[in-house]
Amino acid sequence: MVKVNGTELDIAGKTVSEYLAITNYDSKRIAVERNGDIVFKSQYDVTVLENGDSLEIVSFVGGG
Amino acid sequence: MNPSKSEWMEALTARHGITLHKRFTSATVAVCGLGGLGSNIAIALARAGVGKLLLIDFDRVDITNLHRQQYKAKQIGCYKTEALTENLLEIAPYIEVKAVTAKITEANLADLLKEADVVCEAFDNAQAKAMLVNGVLEQLPNCYLVAASGMAGMDTPNTIKTRKVMKRFYLCGDEVSEVADSIGLVAPRVMLCAAHQAHTVLRILAGEYEV
Repeated sequence: MVKVNGTELDIAGKTVSEYLAITNYDSKRIAVERNGDIVFKSQYDVTVLENGDSLEIVSFVGGG
Repeated sequence: MNPSKSEWMEALTARHGITLHKRFTSATVAVCGLGGLGSNIAIALARAGVGKLLLIDFDRVDITNLHRQQYKAKQIGCYKTEALTENLLEIAPYIEVKAVTAKITEANLADLLKEADVVCEAFDNAQAKAMLVNGVLEQLPNCYLVAASGMAGMDTPNTIKTRKVMKRFYLCGDEVSEVADSIGLVAPRVMLCAAHQAHTVLRILAGEYEV
């Protein structure tokens, strides 16, 4: 299981890109943290989620 | 007439104590985007005596900015970098201001922001926010980042908050209230978010890293 923003999900084995593709996140508006470190945008396609990982996805909204 | 620099520093030291005063005056803080968030953040940091402010924006002051941004009617048409520099030095004549009129991109951000101890993300466009946040966290490994998301509209002020997302990354706002056709930005709610950002910067400079 992988914890995503506090919720346990059965997505181990997927890459970050594969997981994002089944969500409503707009990849141009997010930052992804995995186990406390930023996931580089260039690594979304090759970063494979493992059991026990903790993922935090921040999605930005407009205004400032 | 302005007070002398020594009078100024004495007054700040009396307010903040020598330890904080030294931390604030020796810091360099970058403010990326000089709109409702950035203009308010910069004024708060200037008043606190942050030694050097790096101000970056490509835009000019527009009449539609004045309901929430810290500019004056006579500054309409001026570059925000120049107008805000003028306003900041009227408020706090002994800080150093470096203003850069440019659009921040993935390609130039490391160079533009390399001297900053803390970077404030104060853009209004969601994609630009994400670009800067990813860019700073990827390219500037020693820099702290204070970003904002969600402060539009007339919702309660009490949902504006600060959280620490990861080691060097803090996020202020309610994270949901987006600008839309029927939901604009009003000065106090934007100022609340800017105040969260500015205070988080001061806490980082003070060595207080938890929220």
